[in-house]
Order: sequence, then C-alpha cells, then structure tokens
Amino acid sequence: MNSAASRVLGVLRSREMGILLAFLLVVVLGTLKNPSFVFSKDGWHDLLITPSILLVVAVGQAIVIITRNVDLSVGSMLGLTAYLAGTIFVKYPSIPWQLVFLIGLAFGGFLGLINGALVGYGKVPAMVITLGTLYAYRGINVAWTGSNRINADQIPQGLQAVGNNSILGIPILTIIALVILLVAAWYMRNMRSGREMYAIGSDPDAAELYGLAKRRRVITAFVVSGAMSGLAGVLYTARYATINSQAGYGFELDAIGAAVIGGVAIVGGSGTVVGAAIGAFLLYTINRALPVIGIPDFWQKAVVGALILGAIVLDRVLAVRQSRKLRETKVETTNETKEVAA
Amino acid sequence: MSTTTNTATKPPAQPPVVKTYSDYGRPLWRRILLTREMAIVALLVAVLVVASIQLPRFATPLTMTNLLLDVTPILLISLTMAPIMITGDIDLSVGSMVGLSSVVVGLLTHSGWSIPSAGLVAILVGAVGGVVNGLLVTRFGLPALAVTIGTLALYRGLAIGLLGTTAITGFPRYWTQLAKSKIGDTGVPAVMILFAVLLAVFVVILHFTSFGRGVYAIGLSKDAAAFSGIHVARTRVILFVLSGAMSALAGVFYTLRFTSSRGDNATGLELAVIAAVVLGGVSVFGGRGALHGVVAGVLLIGALSNALRLAGVTSDVINIITGVLLVGSVIAGSLLQWIQSRRVRPATTAASA
Repeated sequence: MNSAASRVLGVLRSREMGILLAFLLVVVLGTLKNPSFVFSKDGWHDLLITPSILLVVAVGQAIVIITRNVDLSVGSMLGLTAYLAGTIFVKYPSIPWQLVFLIGLAFGGFLGLINGALVGYGKVPAMVITLGTLYAYRGINVAWTGSNRINADQIPQGLQAVGNNSILGIPILTIIALVILLVAAWYMRNMRSGREMYAIGSDPDAAELYGLAKRRRVITAFVVSGAMSGLAGVLYTARYATINSQAGYGFELDAIGAAVIGGVAIVGGSGTVVGAAIGAFLLYTINRALPVIGIPDFWQKAVVGALILGAIVLDRVLAVRQSRKLRETKVETTNETKEVAA
Repeated sequence: MSTTTNTATKPPAQPPVVKTYSDYGRPLWRRILLTREMAIVALLVAVLVVASIQLPRFATPLTMTNLLLDVTPILLISLTMAPIMITGDIDLSVGSMVGLSSVVVGLLTHSGWSIPSAGLVAILVGAVGGVVNGLLVTRFGLPALAVTIGTLALYRGLAIGLLGTTAITGFPRYWTQLAKSKIGDTGVPAVMILFAVLLAVFVVILHFTSFGRGVYAIGLSKDAAAFSGIHVARTRVILFVLSGAMSALAGVFYTLRFTSSRGDNATGLELAVIAAVVLGGVSVFGGRGALHGVVAGVLLIGALSNALRLAGVTSDVINIITGVLLVGSVIAGSLLQWIQSRRVRPATTAASA
C-alpha cells in the first residue's frame, strides 16, 4: 500500500471521522425535516456562527486536557475578559477595536498564567486550582460589574460587524475560529513542544525522566487556554454586544464536553484539537436541530449527556481493541523472529 | 543516632541493641490538634466568634436557622462526596441529581402521590443514577470525572426535559413547614436531626469499619487494595449509589424548603460541595480526609457568606473568598510539605555523612 492511500485510510478510520459523520448526520436530519436548516441565509449563518466561540475555547481546553490537566475556569475567564472589553469601550470610546483583541488575548493569557503557575508550582491537581479560580474570577467579575450591564450602543460598530457579518458567505467569527484551529492543529501536530504535551499527558513521570520541561509545557497549555478564553470573551462582545456579569456562565462544561465528544481523552495524551472543534460543532448543532426534528429543546441537555457518555465509552472500547491488536502483532513478530533464528 | 546507623564498626562483644519503636511518632495532642482538619475547625470558630462580636445580628436564632437551612443540601451531599473523593473518584452529577429528584417529587406530588412515597421514589431514582455512574466507572474502567460530566448533563437534561421551564409549587403545607421547622426555640432547624443521624452513620462507616478502611486503601493504591482483599469495584459502586441517593434526599429537602420543583434547581451545586469537601481537608489524590474537617469546611463557607451578607458586603464577593480559600488551602498544604522537606533534608544528610 502506498503512503497516500494509507494516509487517506488513516483519516477515514480516525476518531475525528466518526464525530464528523455524526455531525453531518445531524445536519442531514435537520435539513430533511426543514430545508432552511442549512439552505437559507439565516440557517447557514447560524450553523457556522453558533459553535464558533465555543470552538475557540474548546481548542484551548483540548490542549490543557491533552497534558492531563483540566481547566474549569474558562467560562469565568471568558466572562471577565468580555466585561473588560466592554468597559474599555465605555471608558475610551475612541480606542481602535482591533487593539481590544490583543488586550483580550493578553488579559486571558495572564489569567491562564495564574492557573498554570498555581498548578505547576503548587503540585495541586488542576481540577482544584481551576475550580478555585472559576469562583475567584467570576467573583471578581460580579464584584466589578454588580448589576451593571454594557449595551450594544456602547460597543463600536466595527466590532459588532466582526461579530455578525460574513465574507463570501462565511461569518467572520467562524473564519477567526478556523484560523485559530488551523494554527493550533499545526502546532500540536508538528512542533516539538506540541508533541511534548502529548508525551507529558500520556505519562507525566516518564516525560519528566526523559527530561521534558513538564512544568513549562503545562504552564504554556494553561496560558493558551486562558488566551483562547480571553479571545472568546472579545468575540462574545462582538457577537452579542450585551454583557452582564453572567457572560460565559457554565461554559466550562460545554468546552470539556466538546473536547471529550471530539475524542480528547480526559486522562490526557490522546485526541486532537480538530476533534474538539468538530465536537463543538456537533454539540451546538444538536441544540438547534432537536426542535427542527420535533424533539422539544428541553431534551437537548439529556441528549448532550448521552452523547458524552457514548463518546467516552466508544473511546474506551476502541482503546482496548487497539491495545489488544498491538499485543497480538507483538506476539506474531516475536514468533517470526524466533523462526528466523531457528 | 550513630548506634543504629554504624552497626558494622560496633565491637562484636556488645549485646545486640534491641530497638523499640513508640506507637506513634508524635504525642496524642499533636496528632489530634495539628491537623489540616483542625485548622479548618479553628478557622470556623474564629469566623463565628469575630462575626458574633462584630455583627450584632449574627448570633441570633434567625441567622442560625437560615445559615443551617442554606447549607443543609451541601452538608448532606458532602457526607457521600467525601468518601468518593477519598477513593480518588469524583461525582460531578450531584447537583443535577438534586434537580432531577426535585422534578420527580414535584411531578409525583402533582399527580396525587403523598410526599413520603414520592420522596422514596425520588431517592430510588437517585440510587439508580448512582448505579449508572458506578457501573460506567468500574465496568468500563472510565475516569469518574468524564463519566460524571456526562451524567451531569444527562440528569439535568432529564430534569429539564420532564418538566420544561414550568415550576410545580403546590406542596402539602405540613411537609413544607416541617422542612423549615425548628427544634423548640433554639433556632436549629429540625432537619439537623436527620443530618446528625446520617453524620453519625457515615462517621461510623468511614472511620470505624473495615469498609471505611477499604475506602482509604483504595484511594492510596487501587492495586494494593485489590491484592489485600478489598472489593474495589464493589466499594466504588456502593459509594456512587449512596451519593446518588443522598443527592436525591437533598433534592427532596430542597423542593420542600423552597416549595418549588424546577428542572434547574440547584444548578452548580456540585462545585459548592466539592469546594467545601476539598477545603475540609480531603485530598483530591485520594486516601486522605476526615468527616469532621468536611463538615467544618461546609459550615465555614456557609458562615462566611452569611456573615458577609449581614456586614453589607455584596453577597457575590463570597465567590472570590470561596475560590481564594480553596486555592489557598491546597497551596498551603503543598507549601507546608515543601518547608518540612527543606527542614528535614539537611538533618538526614548530616546523619548519613
């Protein structure tokens, strides 16, 4: 078999393909019931734009999970950055809105750095640290915002255009999300530090013995997750233009759900950001498809739960089968070498 | 020191040194008082004292009633969350189970069931939910974190799906009053009797039975526990079932106290429970923790938020304090360990040199 064919086969057999098929199935079912689900201007726009913000956060989350950590504070970081962005526009209406993207990235990265430093130096599980910062960041947000709210007329038109307009039929928000996805996927696949994150996630002790800079990589993962949440906060501002203290509340579970559905194993070391991105699309498209298919959207969350459970059980079954296959080939090859020796 | 380490240089004629070991490395008072749990208890007492002096309305029966009623669901669930976390697992689905149980009670009462029978069915539903969690974790070997994130969505989804966005509010007055009733004039809610009984049961189970020792052993090493004859899978499933049933019980109480059955009741409660349990000294790595610390952790967060609210601080600042307390308490543990290792290391190197 030549390499091109085997690569195609590899893509077809990959874990991401299954999620992609599930996503397409949902889209087809929705479209069969109501063609405007995809084939209308609004339907197409919603299909692409709804998961975009989640996609950005899920990419960061996937990277953290790959290093065998978890970031529960993403929703709080998103909310805090969104309100910061809004406040900047209120205080300095003349500030170029492009600059706020950088501020959001930097501020989110700083919040992520706090998480990462506490995890890296505190030797405490990420779950506890980020549960703590989930509360702390949200608390700062609520204390700062109070019952205040930032409204659409305070957000520059240029930014709102980014949040709602399209280029060549593709929402700008989706383009931003996909660019980030491509960069992250390339980094995790090809860069040495990206591969080291997989190594750290699959066996932290071995990675450390091997001499990998475990602490630095873990901190990097948290900074990336924070920066992505910060960027998502600015995107949130762009899209909704109304921000109160509850922006992004509960987002952490959607982000972890998207990553897990997309095949990022919660024990670290496997999965891809592309999978997490498709997971984000699947998660939010099911949301929109259920009422179209005729199931009251109250049941959406139950379906999501069943989906997460199905995904992790499937992952486990595949992993068991894979390790059995590896063991069998190992036995075969050792037998062969024995025959050769004889 | 030198008599024990340098055996080779000893003159052979000398009779062998009989080493005696004391039963414990530290005296009793240090073992009881200098613990993580006692630090939390002390902090709780400090908060109570300061709040009582500074805030004239804090040390009143009314405040105490509300404080205890507010934390009752967390207190109840922490009793089962603590052993689950001591085995190294976690149950994120408890808040959703409170919601599902609330909806079940609401729907059954609405269709003419009595509160006790509806409550029993709800607790049964909770136990079944726990079985699902437990079997997915043990049979498929899946991480509890992933499984219970899934069932968090699933159980909440069932609750919202069953009831939609409506709320059921008509409950028998006798039961809603009972949920809020107090013991005499003390201001202590009657539901605390139920909690005290359950606390006693769980203290005995966790700290004075072989099952309880097994829980700690599993948290320290699952393999070692299995080799020493502990039914690892069975223990874990039992704990998840207890957790589901306890969450459902908390859901029944929640429904009666607020006289309202809604699909989104107690959203996010799981994080409050876990925060309190971790604050109370249960290690997230498993194998360590005690119930008096856990109860103190729950009460500490409750008392702080209540005191701050009375002091006129916006009730939301408590989020910051919960977070900082949580992070601070675990970091303090690591820091202490680090300092101790720094103090011990020079001594040992000197001895071996």
